[in-house]
Amino acid sequence: MDGNVEDFAETTTTIDRTQSGSAPIKVDCRHIDVFYDDKQAIHDISLEIEDRSVTAFIGPSGCGKSTFLRCINRMNDTIEAAKVTGEIFMDGANINDPSIDPVLLRSRVGMVFQKPNPFPKSIYDNIGYGPRIHGLASGKAEMDEIVEKSLRKAGLWEEVKDRLQAPGTSLSGGQQQRLCIARAIAVSPEVILMDEPCSALDPIATAKIEELIDELRERYCIVMVTHSMQQAARVSQKTAFFHLGKLIEYGDTEKIFTNPEHGRTQDYITGRFG
Amino acid sequence: MSSPTADTPATGTFVTDEALKRLKKRHAAEMRFKFYGRAAIGIAIIALVTLLVSIFGQASSAFSRYVLSYDLNIEASYVDPEGTRDPQAIERNVSGFNLMLQDQLADEFLSEDPSRNVQRELYGLFTRLAVLPIAHHTAQNMQTIGTEQVFNVALADDIDLYLKGGVTQRKSLDLSGLSRVSGSVESGVTLVLGTQEDAARLNEALTSLTRQDVEDSSAAALIQAGQTWFRMENAEGRTLQLTYLAGARTLPQADASVEALVLAQSQENRTVTDRQIAWTMILKEQGRIKSVLNTSLFTNSDSTYPELAGTAAAVVGSLLTMLVTALLAIPVGIFAAVYLEEFAPRNRLTSLIEVNINNLAAVPSIVFGLLGAAVFINFLGLPRSVPLVGGLVLGLLVLPTVIIASRAALTAVPPSIRTAALGVGASKTQSVFHHVLPLAAPGILTGSIIGMARALGETAPLLLIGMVAFVAEVPDGPMDESTVLPVLIYKWSTGAERAWEPQTAAAIIVLLVFLVLMNLIAIILRRRFERRW
Ligand SMILES: Nc1ncnc2c1ncn2[C@@H]1O[C@H](COP(=O)(O)OP(=O)(O)OP(=O)(O)O)[C@@H](O)[C@H]1O
Ligand SMILES: [Mg+2]
Repeated sequence: MDGNVEDFAETTTTIDRTQSGSAPIKVDCRHIDVFYDDKQAIHDISLEIEDRSVTAFIGPSGCGKSTFLRCINRMNDTIEAAKVTGEIFMDGANINDPSIDPVLLRSRVGMVFQKPNPFPKSIYDNIGYGPRIHGLASGKAEMDEIVEKSLRKAGLWEEVKDRLQAPGTSLSGGQQQRLCIARAIAVSPEVILMDEPCSALDPIATAKIEELIDELRERYCIVMVTHSMQQAARVSQKTAFFHLGKLIEYGDTEKIFTNPEHGRTQDYITGRFG
Repeated sequence: MSSPTADTPATGTFVTDEALKRLKKRHAAEMRFKFYGRAAIGIAIIALVTLLVSIFGQASSAFSRYVLSYDLNIEASYVDPEGTRDPQAIERNVSGFNLMLQDQLADEFLSEDPSRNVQRELYGLFTRLAVLPIAHHTAQNMQTIGTEQVFNVALADDIDLYLKGGVTQRKSLDLSGLSRVSGSVESGVTLVLGTQEDAARLNEALTSLTRQDVEDSSAAALIQAGQTWFRMENAEGRTLQLTYLAGARTLPQADASVEALVLAQSQENRTVTDRQIAWTMILKEQGRIKSVLNTSLFTNSDSTYPELAGTAAAVVGSLLTMLVTALLAIPVGIFAAVYLEEFAPRNRLTSLIEVNINNLAAVPSIVFGLLGAAVFINFLGLPRSVPLVGGLVLGLLVLPTVIIASRAALTAVPPSIRTAALGVGASKTQSVFHHVLPLAAPGILTGSIIGMARALGETAPLLLIGMVAFVAEVPDGPMDESTVLPVLIYKWSTGAERAWEPQTAAAIIVLLVFLVLMNLIAIILRRRFERRW
């Protein structure tokens, strides 16, 4: 395990991964069970998530998509009732190992939530907060650079560059969500988890976010939960279909949407239940 | 909406009779509720205004006081009989200054051979301690010995009260003049009023001011004729029997103006005698009595004389006590609240603690006083009557309030802020101190200030730890004997003299000003915190 931990710490610094090829596995989940008190919400799910691609989680409401997503950055730790068993390997290191600091993990696995939740601070501070607590910037100039880069990557720079000191909450819903994405990007994560990032947005803002996700795919491993079949089909390379806490089907998006193996998947995708 | 039944009118109509009825009912309910709300606010405002008006009405007289500006010869034989010219000895020689003032007053106002009673009445215009500032000034300026100096000498509280319209009801009559006057100032004067109408007016004033429901209480009349004041002993028609009180010792001229001052009580029934009133009126006419701002209310410490008593010691005592209270209650309360709300596991122990904190907030304050007396004074051996102990007791008293308010403020911070912070890799502590606590700060502040305001007005527990002691000096620090404003108010309000009444109201106003200031600070702090986001 020791070697793995070191490995884990080392990869924190490798941000730039430009070379492409057959997608390697970034996150490898094995036999994950999640309990809320006595109620089991996830039943023995094993799943491999590829790097530099978008993986979509779909499934009816309450089937455990968010719960499973939260396992990947150990956000379930913050829910007192939740108990996670099983192993999740990220670049070979088991993130559920007690020696792994969830705080460090979360700086490598960013998260974007369903409802935009910017801090009630300035736009600048929203982005700068993560880098500051992780000590990623030494000085104002570097911080300015991180803020600008993150905002540019999130496609928000042009809209807010003149009012970086305005409160983040003064932006529109779609802008706020992009701000949250920029905030997640700012700490140079390797994986970005998105829990229904577009559910609170109008079609135009949604299109912008989707475009953004598509661009981000080149550098990050993205996992997103969505209720929109079209969205899953448009932006994801892999799709996982969940039902009642179980993983029913997982494979290439194209295959899932054109020729699913399970009748349930077929039913869900075509809207016969859900 | 009810589904349309067979006999309801055409489809497409939104309004059925039934719906209309319900609508009407709903409107009525709304109106009713609005009315209740307004009535409730109205009652609250009326109560507040009544309170403020009555307090300010009573206190207004305490904020000014009447002084006699007097040309005093600082005679060395009185103030420095030994000739040592020692400032300390001079300042301590209060009786010498008193004697000097009394003799000079006697020279001006009394005949050659006055009776002891008359002397006592004259000296009663001032309190014994009224010369304290004069002694102080003289000790500081030794060169003034042997010269004439103008001093504002505080009048006795009863005289002050009389000038402010208290002591007794009164009515002044301008009479048209006199037709005849005979007798002498020594043996009595007979004065015949100019017109019958004057006599009637005087009589009417006397009857209207005489209280019918109390026996042996009849109105009295003082008559000023020319430069002389008389007491009216008897009246028969226009003819008045008068005795001399004060002023020029000659019979009034035939063309002298005549005025009557009718007082609701005879001098046996009031604290100011007829002669004192006459002197006061003469001094006032000479323009030697002025109303000045009663600064002693703010600069003096407690005193057994209401006219000298001030709130300075109590204000400082209250400040020191509040300081200790704040230092104890606010940090401890906030840390306890943060721990309970953000970090503590939800189990039986924490819920037990929560229940007990809530119970503690409801414990009568006097119990905290008992606790303070037992623990801090008897067990720990801290001195009695000191702000440190008072502040500790009050700190414990408001601690539950601060905890409860802070927890409420922390709960009100949306959980999405916490998840957002954790999501970018902040630790639990970082998310609390960087995001949750600043967001909760306005609420925490308000709660703390409310708690402090409660502590500021608390009397009962402080009585038990001995902060009721008479404190004549401004305390130097939290270990110095002192008192606090609410206790001072309580003590003053039980004072026997009438003059304590406005004094008490004034102290209440000082306390209110304190409270308003605290709230102002709270608002300013809130604003500052809120602007940061
Ligand atoms: N904090 C929690 N405490 C207890 N039970 C929870 C908690 N969060 C989720 N659950 C339960 O776990 C199950 C899965 O919930 P989850 O939020 O993962 O569903 P989901 O697939 O994300 O649904 P949706 O699409 O509506 O967001 C549900 O039955 C839910 O009731
Ligand atoms: Mg969900």
